Order: sequence, then structure tokens, then C-alpha cells
Amino acid sequence: MNVRVNGTLLGIALLLVVGLIAPLLVYPTFMMKVWCFALFACAFNLLLGYTGLLSFGHAAFLSVGGYLAGHACKAWGFTPELGILLGTCAGGAVGYVFGWLAIRRSGIYFAMITLALSQMIYFVWLQAPFTGGEDGLQGVPRGRAFGLIDLDNIYAMYYFVFAVFMAGFLLIYRTIHSPFGQVLKSIRENEPRAISLGYDVDRFKVLAFTLSAALSGTAGATKTLVFQLASLSDAHWHMSGEVVLMTLLGGLGTVFGPVVGALLVITLQNQLPQGVGAWVPVIMGSIFVVCVTAFRRGIVGELQALFRR
Amino acid sequence: MKKVIKQVAAIGAAGALLAAGVAFSQAKVSDGIVKIGVLTDLSGLYSDLAGPGSVLAAQMAIDDFRAETKGGAPFKIEIVSADHLNKGDIAANRAREWFERDNVDMIADLVTTSTALAVMPIAQKLGKITIVSGAASTLITNEQCTENNVHWTYDTYALANGTGRAVVKQGGDSWYFLTADYAFGHSLEKDTGAVVQASGGKVLGAVRHPFPGTDFSSFLLKAQASGAKVIGLANAGTDTTNSIRQASEFGITPKQQLAGLLMFVSDVHSLGPKVAGGMYLTETFYWDLNEQTRAWSKRFFDKQKRMPTMVHAGVYSGVLHYLRSVAATGTDDAKAVMGRMRATPVNDFFAPGARIREDGRLIKDAYLFQVKTPAESKGPWDLYHLRQTIPADQAWQPLADSRCALVTKKK
Amino acid sequence: MAELLGITPQALFGQLLVGLINGSFYAILSLGLAIIFGLLNIINFTHGAQYMMGAFIAWIGFYKLGEWVGNPDLVVNYWWSLLLAPLAVGAFGILIEKTLLKRLYHLDHLYGLLLTFGIALICEGLFRTWFGISGLRYDVPAQLTGGQNLGFMFMPNYRAWVVVASLAVCFVTWFVIERTKLGSYLRAGTENPRLLQAFGINVPLMITLTYGYGVALAAFAGVLAAPIFQVNPLMGSNLIIVVFAVVVIGGMGSIAGAIVTGVGLGLIEGVVKSGVIATVIDKATSGSPIVAQAIYPVKLLFQPEASAVIIFVVMVIVLLVRPAGLFGREK
Repeated sequence: MNVRVNGTLLGIALLLVVGLIAPLLVYPTFMMKVWCFALFACAFNLLLGYTGLLSFGHAAFLSVGGYLAGHACKAWGFTPELGILLGTCAGGAVGYVFGWLAIRRSGIYFAMITLALSQMIYFVWLQAPFTGGEDGLQGVPRGRAFGLIDLDNIYAMYYFVFAVFMAGFLLIYRTIHSPFGQVLKSIRENEPRAISLGYDVDRFKVLAFTLSAALSGTAGATKTLVFQLASLSDAHWHMSGEVVLMTLLGGLGTVFGPVVGALLVITLQNQLPQGVGAWVPVIMGSIFVVCVTAFRRGIVGELQALFRR
Repeated sequence: MKKVIKQVAAIGAAGALLAAGVAFSQAKVSDGIVKIGVLTDLSGLYSDLAGPGSVLAAQMAIDDFRAETKGGAPFKIEIVSADHLNKGDIAANRAREWFERDNVDMIADLVTTSTALAVMPIAQKLGKITIVSGAASTLITNEQCTENNVHWTYDTYALANGTGRAVVKQGGDSWYFLTADYAFGHSLEKDTGAVVQASGGKVLGAVRHPFPGTDFSSFLLKAQASGAKVIGLANAGTDTTNSIRQASEFGITPKQQLAGLLMFVSDVHSLGPKVAGGMYLTETFYWDLNEQTRAWSKRFFDKQKRMPTMVHAGVYSGVLHYLRSVAATGTDDAKAVMGRMRATPVNDFFAPGARIREDGRLIKDAYLFQVKTPAESKGPWDLYHLRQTIPADQAWQPLADSRCALVTKKK
Repeated sequence: MAELLGITPQALFGQLLVGLINGSFYAILSLGLAIIFGLLNIINFTHGAQYMMGAFIAWIGFYKLGEWVGNPDLVVNYWWSLLLAPLAVGAFGILIEKTLLKRLYHLDHLYGLLLTFGIALICEGLFRTWFGISGLRYDVPAQLTGGQNLGFMFMPNYRAWVVVASLAVCFVTWFVIERTKLGSYLRAGTENPRLLQAFGINVPLMITLTYGYGVALAAFAGVLAAPIFQVNPLMGSNLIIVVFAVVVIGGMGSIAGAIVTGVGLGLIEGVVKSGVIATVIDKATSGSPIVAQAIYPVKLLFQPEASAVIIFVVMVIVLLVRPAGLFGREK
């Protein structure tokens, strides 16, 4: 146990170093995208990996955070950190409602219900006047963080995004290792047993769902600030599928898996040469099939198993 | 940790120096290369009306510019292209990468309104130019207008204005709209409705269909029940072609007349004169207008095996005008080039003598066409009768009605 | 009556008929999902892609196959496609079940969902690279062109055929499962596969064939849809989510339930598209602006443009009232 905790701490240190020097080596905007999606995937992992609930509608929370933060910064003059805070709260609020509805069924039904609910959110964005519908919400100002740091500077923006990511990441890490997190894991392993031990399982599930949705909202809000726009692709169910893929590929129920998965998937999407773009879904689908049939522990999960041997 | 902070500080300082350097080197073309990015729909719904044809059109403009200057221009020209999949976020991503990392100076085409609106503010912020050809919305030159943008080819106002007025004049004085339920469809419906009423027609109502739609039958039935003479299709692309087909399936046409409010020659070509014959539509270009358009279109056809759409012609025209302006000012600084572009009239087959207005709207003639019937059409691309030339000063939204901050500020 | 509804009863009837056409697609697709779920306990996310593939096989048979094999006279017409496309796609489904799905039966059912989602992405992506996404046209077969003037509306013959054909297939499927010996094995397999195996029935084979049949139903619907909607690689991906909602509403416990829910929701969609409910709400609240204001958000859900979400709204209501679905039982 001791060794493993140290391994995790080592991992966090490594993550910190990589995050700090990355903009020297790679195009910073690309890395910002990676951190946003890594946070999104980590939040998703909290639900699927640690609570055993497969949501197929997480794009809804990403877009709730993105659109509300974008609108607040653009129309109401919110500072970026307040915008992200708003996006987080909004994501959490919508997550609470979704969770409350969806936990009435379990397993596959749960997945389908979240999918259907997120599709409703998609139509809300298509209709709502402030989102610009199909056109998207553009020209979101990056503004000054805390009224001081000018985020139009690409490096300032980068470290701001990285700080948001680290905060979210550490929060999830703490949650997993708290008594609350232990209860979640016990629900994943054996729900009837958790009930018989006297835990109000439904309440824990809704709480986990809300937290996961809130952090997805954070990721969406941050992403909107990076690209200065929010669009319908964030709300589309393909996005929900993408985050499942990132988590699955990196390693379900591992601390670093989603980060690795997000890095790989985003790199893949970005690096494919011209003309091969249409193959992206084919490649992603193939990764899905391989992961599910032969590689269920994901990259980080396999590595951990290797070291533990 | 301290070391890292130092490094960060160093990066920051370097960035500042770089920015200062850019500011002082306005006098000539940066790094000796003018780089043009064609950001378009290479694989999706609009790849026929823009897509690879737009890349070809931009290349033709570069070739013609080289021929004009006989290689005398003191800079190299490069062209890059990418697929924006009609998504704003992908377009914004790519544009940012091109501007920040690859030193692209100007982006052309931008097929859907979402991509145009996503890229324009980024270009404005980073001091680059956009020349929008493919997108339709009047937002581009109104609420969302920017100094560094020109809306080159067409917009919904011009199309609604041309078609709406003409159809009312032909006796189609009661309208019912079939509208795609998103911003673009609403604005097309509103603009056309205003024109119909101004020309003495009546608008009986509208039904909005989810976007994108596949089955229009129930909406068409509502339109049929309204008893209007004309059903205005305030939608685009496959939504339009599908509604036209299904209208004929349910026996709605030819009892009631359809008016396509945003249709391109490529759509009409794929529907064929049998389905589309007799319809009125407005475009700003048709290959068979005059000697010059035929000559250019033939060159285009030889390479692309399709006749050019107005979007293709617009990309050519915009890129050529941009390059001439860069040559004349001797710099790729956005402000200087844009000043020159606005100061000089366009000189080519697409928009002879046309000028760019304060709000970024290119002011040129538009044309009202009627689609030929199968008996009249002599070839697969022989599709239009020219019914009316709408002069430049009447075709576009009057500047007095502008909601563009660049215009209203001055008032 | 017409005063109250804002449209004539004839027009409303027309809308219901159009709703019935969509409803028969929902019915046949949710039926396939329900059969597969009953025996395999997985939700077949590939269902939409298989529906799309049915349409494409019909299109290829009609327009391309002759060219590909070098014999331009070879044309697989619509009627043959109606038979061959389900067979081909069903065979493809059996291949998937034999090679991939089979490995997952001992795991959490969610893995089955993820696997079929991956396969759906691959299929859609491949067809997209081969055929683009602009949509291809498939002509209505010559025997079914034209239509009947029913007085209240003009009913294209082809659409009438779609309703008849799909409801007939649904009925036959229901009959086989609920009323024949073969069907009794199937139902027994759903209840307790181990016991059935002990009776000497080849359960793995039954599972494979069931998956094949469910998939073939999707392909059949695809061929039916080809002349109405354009043949497009993404035609199934948006439909499948609606059908998922249909399945949640109906609950997957019963075959008849899946059919009835599908048709019923198609009709509800038709009513919403006609705008009748919105008009009635308007009329009913015209007396007091305050009530009208309060009820406005509800009214928004019944505007014609909200027809795309009405099924999800119904789903939420059903979940609140009867979590197991209208015809369902918790598994």
C-alpha cells in the first residue's frame, strides 16, 4: 500500500513537471485542449471508474459549463475565474437533476436515459436565443484572471488552464481516497451489500453524479475560454462517446488513465494528416473494439498490473 | 520550481519582444511569404458548392496574379487548405493554429455561418484578414462585423430580396414558409417575409421544422393546408432538396409553387430540370452570363469536371483582389492591406467595378434566374434563364439599416 | 371543432397518418432491440448503423453492383433488396456475435453496449469515407409511385406500403414468439437459459440466430426507408437515440409492448407536429394572461418544432411515474 501511494505521488509530481514545461516543447493551444479534455475524462472516470455508473450523456455537462461561462463572460462581463465558477455550478445543478432522474433505473437503462436527457439539452442549445444555435457562441473574451493576469497572452492562458486542471485533478484524487470515495467503490463492487450496510446508496450515486457533472462543467467552461467559443459539437452525443473512449483507453478506475487517454485521443485527432480526417471515427471505433475485447484495463491499468506482479 | 518560474518569465519576455518585433516590421511582407489558407468543407454537405472547387479557385487566382506581375512580386505565395467539417469549433481551432503557428495571412471561403463567425473574431484579434465567400448570414456584416473581414459573394438579404420580390410580381402574392428551426432559417424567413409584404404580398404563416430534418411530410401538409400560392423554403442544402422532392411526392407541386430561398447551381444540377424546372432563385454569378464568365468557367470545368458555383467565383475574386492589394502596399499587414482593398474597386469577371462597404459587404450586381424546364435545357449545366439583373445599389441591405458597430458608431 | 383545434379535422387526420408512418419505423426498430435485449441482455448500439447498411445495400444493388462486377445489366431491384439486404446484414450481425459479442457475455452488460457503439462508429465511418455524407437518392419502385387522393390528403402509395409492410413484419414476429413452439423456447431462454440448455436446446445457436434476426429487422427497415429519406451514412445515428427512448418508455419486457409503444409515439409526434395541442393551450388560456404566462414553458414543448424532443419528454414523465416502463419489468 505504501509503495502504491508513493507511486501515485510520483505520478502527480511527474504530471506537474510535464505540465509546466510542455509549452516549451509543444504548441500551447494544443496542450490547453489536452488539459481541458483530461479534466473532463477524469470527472467522467469518477462516475464510471469509481462508482460503476455509465453515463452516455456527459457531453450535456461539458456544454452547460461551456455555454453559460461563455455567455456570462461575453454578455455580463464576468471575469474568467467567475465564468468558470458559474460553469461548474451550472454543470453540477443540471447533473443533480439528471442524476436524480436516471438513478431510477440501473445498468443499460441508466446509460440510455442519460443519453436521451443529454439529447434534450442539445435541443435546448439549438433553440436558446443566446447560444446562436447552429452558429455557436463566438468571440468570448478571455479577459483578465482575477482582474490582473491578461489571458490574451498565450503562456498566461496556458498556465491558467493548467492550474484549473490541476485543481480539478487533485480534488478528484482527494475524493477517491476519502471515506466518501470508499463508499462509492463499495457501491460499484456490490450495491446490495452497500445498502445492507445502511448506506443511502441513491444519495451517494446522485452526489457522485453531481460532482462529476460539476467538474465536467469546469472543463467545458475552461475550453470555451481557450477557444473563445462554445458550439453544438460539445453537446453532441459523439462527445459523450469520446469521453468514454478516453477513459476506457487510458484505464477505467485508475487515477492517471483518463489523462493518458485524453492525451492520446486528442493527439490522434490533431495529428492525422489532411484527407484522413474522415477516418477518425473508424479509428476511434476500432480502439473501442480492441479495448473492450482484449484490453479492458486500459493502458495505465495494464501498466499497474505489470508493476504489481 | 524556481527554475521553472524563471523559464516562464523568459518565455513571457520572449513573447513580448516578438510582439514588439511584429509591430515594427510592418513595412514589408513578413518572412517574404504571403500565405493564404482556404478553410472550407472538403467532405461534407457543401463540398460540391465550395470544397475542393474553392481550393482550385484560390489556386487559379494565384496563377493569374503571377501571370499579371510576370513573377515580379517581391514575395512568395503559398496556399494551405483544410476541412472545417462545417463546425465552428474545428474552424476556430484550425484558424488559430494557422495564424499563431504557421503564419497564415488570410483565410478564404468559410462555408457555413458558424465557421465564419467563429474565425472572424480570431482574425481580428490576431491582426489577420478573412474573406468570407461560402457563408450566408447577414450577421457577418451586421452584429458580428469586424474591420478585417469582407463578405464577398452573397448573403441571405440579397437572395430573399431578389427572389421574394420577383415571385410576388409574377402573381405569387400569398406565402407560407417552411423554415429550418435555427438562426439562419429564422433570418431567411424574416427577411423574405418583409420583402413579400413590401411588394404587396401576404404572409399566411410559417411552420418550423427541426434542423437538420429528414422527413418534411407533416410540415409540407401544413403548408398545403394553408392554401398559400407560394411555399417559401427557408432552409438550405439537403433540407431544401428533400423538401422539394417530398413536395412533389405528396402532389403539392405544381398546384402550389415552391420558392427556394438559398439554392446554388450545384443543388439545381443534382435535382435536375424535371424536379426544379420553373423555380425562381437569386444568385450573384452564373457561368453562362457573358464572355468572361464563360472563359473562366471553362478553365475551371476542365480541371474540376463541374461548373463553378458563385462561391467558387467569389473565392477567386477575393483572393485575387487581396493579392493585388498586398502587391500595391508592399506589406501583409492586415490594416494596410485592408485599407487598400477597400479603397480600390474590384477588377475581374465576377464583380467588375465593385466596392467594399464600411460594414465589409462587397457591393455588386445580383441576378434573378428561372430554372429551365427539361425541354429548354440543352445540357447538364444549361440550367438558368436570366430574368433580371438586380443592380448593385438595390441588391443589398441598405447601409441605413446596418446594425454593424463600425457603421453605427459613425452616425 | 376546427375552430377549437386551429386546423381542420382532415388536416389533423393527415398528420396522424404521417405520424403512423414514422411510428412504424420506430416499432420495427425497437422490436429488434427488444428481441436482442431479451436473450442477449445487451443494448445493440449498432442497430442504427445496421439500419443504414440495409439502405446502402439496396442502393448499391440498384445503382452500383452491375458497374462493380462489370455487368451493367445486373440490377438488384427494390423487391429483391427487401429480401437480400436483411439477409446480408443479418449474416454480418451473426459474424459479429460469433467473433466479438460472444466473448463479453460473462462480463458486465455495459461492455456489450460499448462494443456495439465502437462497431457503429466503424461502420458509419467506413460508409462515410466511401460514399460521402451528402446523401444518395433511391427512387421509389415503379409499382408504388403515385398516390391516392383520400379526400383529406394525398397519400403516396409508397408510404402506405411502408406502414403495411412494417406492421405485417411486426405482427409475424410477435406471432412467432408468442404463439409458436420456437417462440416458447425463445421466451424460456429469456427467463432461464441454463435450464433450457439442460433440456437439450442449443442455446448458443439460438442466441446467435436471434441476434441475426434482430439485426435483419433493422436492415429491413433501412430498405423501407431508402426511398423516403436519402440514403446517408448518418441516417441511423440520430434515429437510434429516439428509438432508445422508445425502448425506455415501453420497457423491454414484452414484444407487443415494443410495437405498441413505437406506433404510439409516432402518433404523438404527429399530433405535436400538427400544432393542435399548442393551439388548444392558447385557446384555453386566452381568458387569463397570467395563466398563459405561467403555462408558456409547457406550451413550448408542444410547438411543432419541438417534435424532436417530445419523445424525450414523454420518457421523463414515464420514468417519474413508472420507472420500469409502460410494459416493462425490472431485470
